[in-house]
Amino acid sequence: MSFLSFLERLAETSGSVALHESRYMYLIVLTVHVLTLCVFIGMSLIVDLRLLGATMRNVPVSEMITRLSPWIITGFVVMVVSGSLMFYAAPVDKYENLFFRAKMGLLILAGINIWLFFKRLSRSISEWDLDPVPPIKIRLAGGAGIALWAAIIAAGRMIPYQQYWFD
Amino acid sequence: MSLLEFFYWLEYSPLLIEMRSSPWLFPVIATIHLFGLVTIGGSVLIVNLHLLGFGLSHQPTVQLARNAERLLLVGILIMLVTGLLLFLCFATKYYYLAPFWIKLTSLVIVLIFTFTTHRRVVMDNDRTGLASKSVAFTSMLLWIIVALGGRLIGFP
Repeated sequence: MSFLSFLERLAETSGSVALHESRYMYLIVLTVHVLTLCVFIGMSLIVDLRLLGATMRNVPVSEMITRLSPWIITGFVVMVVSGSLMFYAAPVDKYENLFFRAKMGLLILAGINIWLFFKRLSRSISEWDLDPVPPIKIRLAGGAGIALWAAIIAAGRMIPYQQYWFD
Repeated sequence: MSLLEFFYWLEYSPLLIEMRSSPWLFPVIATIHLFGLVTIGGSVLIVNLHLLGFGLSHQPTVQLARNAERLLLVGILIMLVTGLLLFLCFATKYYYLAPFWIKLTSLVIVLIFTFTTHRRVVMDNDRTGLASKSVAFTSMLLWIIVALGGRLIGFP
């Protein structure tokens, strides 16, 4: 069974149809998804700005990460759950949407950026933890993070506009 | 000229007619509006969580608040410029939308609250008191009303 035919079958399940045709439920899920941006990306933005040395310069980077991670992770979970529900409501449309595909690709890049940060860069954290402006490699990771979150928000916001851009 | 006539005049000015004829300008401005949302959201949360004893709760309040306030001002600037442009695109439609007026009213209230009461409590450097907890709650509640109002404006 191909992935597309799997999505077609998913679209025929009663839950998907109910969500797709609901008067309020879909809009509530969408609202949760958009407002949780403040928690997930808002907090990530502050950590990334700290990595750039652009804000909270007196706060150790390690403290920012340990104290804010639980909030960022919670926000991420809400994002994934609400996002998955919206995908479930129209799986084929979303799968065929170029902005949606771009968003998923960008999310993977953002994940790699975070993974590289913890795998390679954070090992030397004791050397620059208290630096008002961290070393260039760290600043690059922070800058890449901000650029990726911005691109992810843009791609997500454009999902309903595919028809104007491409069709 | 009534308010509705004024909105009509704005909406049908040459610049706005030009803007509406572009299919992608509205979503692009709406996207930048969201950048403003996360900037405001992040800075509001970081201070209020601190006041409630979460997040960067070990940091000195005043210093944290000063840093966050700079971010907040950037966010507010982005929001006001893009918000005004979004509003102008469909000014007469918004005139009849209750969520638009709810949003505008709560926005004025939250801005006044943020730069008077909230600011005074935060700059007093006392995060443990009942006063700081109540301003933190009030601030977040007001901002959520503004954000929800904004979301409702876009609903079909």
